[in-house]
Amino acid sequence: MLIKNTVGKKIIMAITGQMLVLFIVIHMIGNSAIYVGGLNAYADRVHALPLLVWIFRLVMLMIFSLHIMIGIELYLENRKAKPEGYAVKQDLRATFASKNMLWTGLLTGAFLVYHLLHFTFQVINPEIAALRIHDAAGRPDVSGMVLQSFQNPAVSSVYIFAVIMLSLHLSHGIQSSFQTLGISNERTLPGIIKTGSVAALVLFLGYVSIPLLIFIGVMKG
Amino acid sequence: MLLDGKCPSGPLSEKWDRHRRELKLVSPANKRKYTIIVVGTGLAGASAAATLGELGYNVEAFCYQDSPRRGHSIAAQGGINAAKNYPNDGDSIFRLFHDTIKGGDFRAREANVYRLAMLSNNIIDQCVAQGVPFARDYAGYLDNRSFGGAQVSRTFYARGQTGQQLLLGAYAALMRQVKTGTVRLHPRSEMLDVVVIDGEAKGITVRDMVNGHVGSYAGDAVCLCTGGYANVFYLSTNAMGSNVTAAYRAYKKGAFFANPCYTQIHPTCIPVSGGHQSKLTLMSESLRNDGRVWVPKRKGDKRASHEISNEERDYFLERKYPGFGNLAPRDIASRSAKEACDEGRGIGTSGFGVYLDFEDAIKRLGENVIRERYGNLFEMYERITGEDAYRQPMRIYPAPHYTMGGLWVDYNLESNVRGLFVLGEANFSDHGANRLGASALMQGLADGYFVIPYTIAGYLARTQPGSAAAVHPEFKKSKEDINSLTKKLLSINGKKTVSDFHRELGRIMWDNVGMARSEEGLKRALELIPELRAEFWQNVRVPGGGDDVNQELEKAGRVADFLEVGELMARDALHRRESCGGHFRVEHQMPDGEARRDDENFCYVAAWEFRGGNKEPEMHKEPLVFENVELAVRSYK
Amino acid sequence: MNLTLYIWRQKGPDKKGGLQQFKAENISPEMSFLEMLDVVNEQLIKIGQEPIAFDHDCREGICGMCSQVINGVPHGPQERTTVCQLHMRHFKHGDSIYIEPWRARAFPVIKDLIVDRSALDRIIQAGGYISVHTGGVPDANAVLISKKSADTAMDASECIGCGACVAACPNGSAMLFTAAKITHLAMLPQGKIEAARRVCVMTEAMMREGFGNCTNHYECQAACPKDIRVSFIARLNREFIKAQLKDTG
Ligand SMILES: Cc1cc2nc3c(=O)[nH]c(=O)nc-3n(C[C@H](O)[C@H](O)[C@H](O)COP(=O)(O)OP(=O)(O)OC[C@H]3O[C@@H](n4cnc5c(N)ncnc54)[C@H](O)[C@@H]3O)c2cc1C
Ligand code: HEM
Ligand code: HEM
Ligand code: SF4
Ligand code: F3S
Ligand code: FES
Repeated sequence: MLIKNTVGKKIIMAITGQMLVLFIVIHMIGNSAIYVGGLNAYADRVHALPLLVWIFRLVMLMIFSLHIMIGIELYLENRKAKPEGYAVKQDLRATFASKNMLWTGLLTGAFLVYHLLHFTFQVINPEIAALRIHDAAGRPDVSGMVLQSFQNPAVSSVYIFAVIMLSLHLSHGIQSSFQTLGISNERTLPGIIKTGSVAALVLFLGYVSIPLLIFIGVMKG
Repeated sequence: MLLDGKCPSGPLSEKWDRHRRELKLVSPANKRKYTIIVVGTGLAGASAAATLGELGYNVEAFCYQDSPRRGHSIAAQGGINAAKNYPNDGDSIFRLFHDTIKGGDFRAREANVYRLAMLSNNIIDQCVAQGVPFARDYAGYLDNRSFGGAQVSRTFYARGQTGQQLLLGAYAALMRQVKTGTVRLHPRSEMLDVVVIDGEAKGITVRDMVNGHVGSYAGDAVCLCTGGYANVFYLSTNAMGSNVTAAYRAYKKGAFFANPCYTQIHPTCIPVSGGHQSKLTLMSESLRNDGRVWVPKRKGDKRASHEISNEERDYFLERKYPGFGNLAPRDIASRSAKEACDEGRGIGTSGFGVYLDFEDAIKRLGENVIRERYGNLFEMYERITGEDAYRQPMRIYPAPHYTMGGLWVDYNLESNVRGLFVLGEANFSDHGANRLGASALMQGLADGYFVIPYTIAGYLARTQPGSAAAVHPEFKKSKEDINSLTKKLLSINGKKTVSDFHRELGRIMWDNVGMARSEEGLKRALELIPELRAEFWQNVRVPGGGDDVNQELEKAGRVADFLEVGELMARDALHRRESCGGHFRVEHQMPDGEARRDDENFCYVAAWEFRGGNKEPEMHKEPLVFENVELAVRSYK
Repeated sequence: MNLTLYIWRQKGPDKKGGLQQFKAENISPEMSFLEMLDVVNEQLIKIGQEPIAFDHDCREGICGMCSQVINGVPHGPQERTTVCQLHMRHFKHGDSIYIEPWRARAFPVIKDLIVDRSALDRIIQAGGYISVHTGGVPDANAVLISKKSADTAMDASECIGCGACVAACPNGSAMLFTAAKITHLAMLPQGKIEAARRVCVMTEAMMREGFGNCTNHYECQAACPKDIRVSFIARLNREFIKAQLKDTG
């Protein structure tokens, strides 16, 4: 049984993780539509297929639940396996990111709850909810909602902080998932590690730019 | 008393097969009723325990390390011989047999050595099947190299870690049996006594090195596979824990100790760097395949090696033994190095060292080839000395390495105490007065995989299973003896540490019972050792208690035995008024300094019987008969 | 040179332990690390104290017995070097050195710096072998093995079972050790036959013994004295996936 084996658990983590990464990449590309003023069109097109949206949401929920549950289990097991630390410990390869996967993950998760309430269910700032406010073309004004939200420094900070957490998570997670799935070898591992960090950086920039640019006023509604 | 080696009659090449046919068997259903105790998990012990377990016997395996995988065989670097003749260079079972007999300076049993040569081929097959990653060529075939004392390439190797790989193979086989439940492991257990009941070995007494508990284990037969005793010299290439205790306590229980004076001094070790030194490190003699040994021609020449031109160098092995050159057998290479140093031509600050130079080989083959062949050895050298042997020659010096002597056994590997079998380096059997390189691994595995499974059945078939239980009074007595020994050691509370005594004993042994022995020196040793021993029992300090981990107590017990076996070695060396193999008596040499053997008077095995603490041991002889080789002067010129 | 040592002392498995300070004086750079400890111990004995207990045997870097975490690195600062092969020339006069035992739940402390590593044996016991009987095997050259495979098998089987990987791993995972054995045997035709079963039972044994999961910190490789690579862990994972795909029943 995959879920009972130490390697099996990791494989589930890696597969769910990679799916999440895939979503994050697509989501980033979708969000980038905001730069060309196409976010509303994009959102509208997506929402035109409610059945697909809900299937997608269900799958995401399962993936997330698995990822989170096993992530917590791994963490607890690992902590139990090392009950006593060293008075002096020097890390030669382990990084801040690799040692804090649970925390960066959980913080990302907490953000996500907030984010869904914020942009998907729009219960946090109902006054700007795109569900009610429509743009000139009669589509929900997702773009306006985003732009207005990020003018608030508190909201931008939450997003920026979350993106930092996510990027840390991925700076270790991406390469790690390849190693876990046995795709790396002696020759390719260094490259995969580097690519993982670069990908995390690209995602970081892609995500952080929106709240940042809006907040500092480069991008206006 | 004349001892009988029980060698089967008939033509040499048929002896073993015939003997196997004649040996009794134990029926499969009965095997599990027999308990066999195997002490030691080096090559001999691990292979024996695994094979006996596989056959269905009930096996109890002991070692003093925390895992059976750490038996000292793991340290063997160079390789293992076999008469496969894969390189088609003229090797054969007979040639391996002949080389081994000659290498041992005609002091080993023909029948044993022939059997060893025969089994050598099975060993390689077995190890490959177990997954031992021997070196291979690009076509996928096994690779061979040559080794000291042989003119054919018959040595199989796995980088510089042959012993490790062979042992891991045997360990894996052993662990497989542990899983099936036929073998039970007892690591961190030190055997301290053999229990002999009515002349038969029926069990052992063991100290649990974690909680100090002294316990009894009863069995139908006992196999000692506890390695050699070169640590009697304090500094040797053996592991820190290598000891004579198991063998020596068996000797005290009646087993004969054969040829204790036959010790091998290995020519290529890293020289001593100071008084703190705790052990010496061997550089595999495979290095002599490509390295050239030299010292300056001029005495007291302290210039750096590169300042000494080729004409000013004395490549003494090539000069003295043109036929074998740098590959001369170990005893010869060692003694030549010592002679050069004694003449004042030694190198290094201490003057106890010679060069092993790879300059020519690097020129000829390129640094990469040398790196591929010996990279890990060069690295090891660098770790210890801080010197780069690609740039400057290695410094080497001989060091005690292997003991050919050991408990006397017959062709069945059974000692004179019935039911007590002795395997591997712990017995005396196959190497005579000197062991050729790459043949100890062969012997350990031959004994464990292929000899003992047959011969032990011959013994067991004649005994009732479970005939001795650990409740027999002899077990209780043995435990009491061990407990009182422990108490005594802990109570002396003197001024010197165990290591102080060990170091002192080592010095006495090295100076007097080392590479060159004289009557005068040996007699001196026979005075000094008892004095030191007496002081030990007055003045040693063993801190701590007996009921937890106490490494000083462990050492103390071992050193106490070394203090006795050292004397036995000196006594044996004194009685053997000839030079043979690793035993060189300065009074018995040819005009050119070569060893002078005396076949007329000393062509026998000397087996010593313990007769109580204050009585001299008694010597028994097993005459050696040579029917298939001619007793010749051993010449490597 | 003179050094200050902080060494973990613990009387027994269930006793409380702590760091204790020692002075090591007149240490020569030629000494090995363990010889330096010998000097300290000889002094302790002479002043009537119990010497520091530590595991060691071959002192040439091959038996895997020595096991000390030195200044936060298992086997100390020199790469690809066991404690017993570490020499004092890598330290300076006046240095402070922290010496601690391997730490992991699967490695309970027995005394001072000695831990119980028998869990590693039990991982091998679960299936780290080729199930061959003694005798009755084909000629050694009957099955050819490419040099590359044989070399990789050898790279992996150089593992000395010291457990430094576990000590270094923040999760106390024995993945590197296990992966080395899996790789060694999976590279050889003789070992391939049982590969699927082997990887399952060995990883299960790993969990049973209380080792952690590998989350790819790669500390293990950095600490390993025999340069066992984390690429072998990837191979283990690969073997595991292969085994899952094969064994659908
Ligand atoms: C550095 C070095 C390099 C070598 N290189 C080669 C080589 O290249 N080729 C070659 O053929 N030979 C070589 N040899 C020799 C060879 O390695 C040994 O002779 C051989 O391995 C001995 O095997 P063994 O099984 O008899 O004993 P060992 O491997 O020494 O095993 C002894 C076992 O007995 C146990 N033991 C000992 N005393 C007790 C006790 N009192 N209670 C409980 N257990 C005990 C130990 O735990 C250990 O498991 C080398 C030797 C050394 C030291
Ligand atoms: C700056 C960054 C981000 C912006 C501007 C942004 C914007 C949005 C918007 C506008 C929606 C709602 C789309 C809709 O309902 O039409 C949305 C949904 C969502 N976002 Fe983000 N997002 C950002 C970062 C993130 C991050 C970092 C994550 C994940 C960790 C994330 C995960 C999601 C998810 C899961 C949904 C719900 C999708 C669904 O099921 O409808 N977002 N995001
Ligand atoms: C609630 C949220 C999350 C939690 C609690 C969480 C937790 C974890 C944990 C504990 C690990 C294993 C640690 C390790 O392998 O080092 C992990 C791995 C991973 N996570 Fe997450 N995570 C979360 C969200 C995410 C998200 C949103 C993504 C991607 C977008 C992601 C991608 C990954 C990847 C790729 C891995 C690597 C898998 C591997 O090592 O094989 N995680 N996560
Ligand atoms: S993998 Fe390396 S660190 Fe781990 S046990 Fe093997 S040799 Fe030691
Ligand atoms: S450090 Fe530990 S997490 Fe994995 S890569 Fe090594 S076992
Ligand atoms: S003591 Fe054997 S490896 Fe260090």
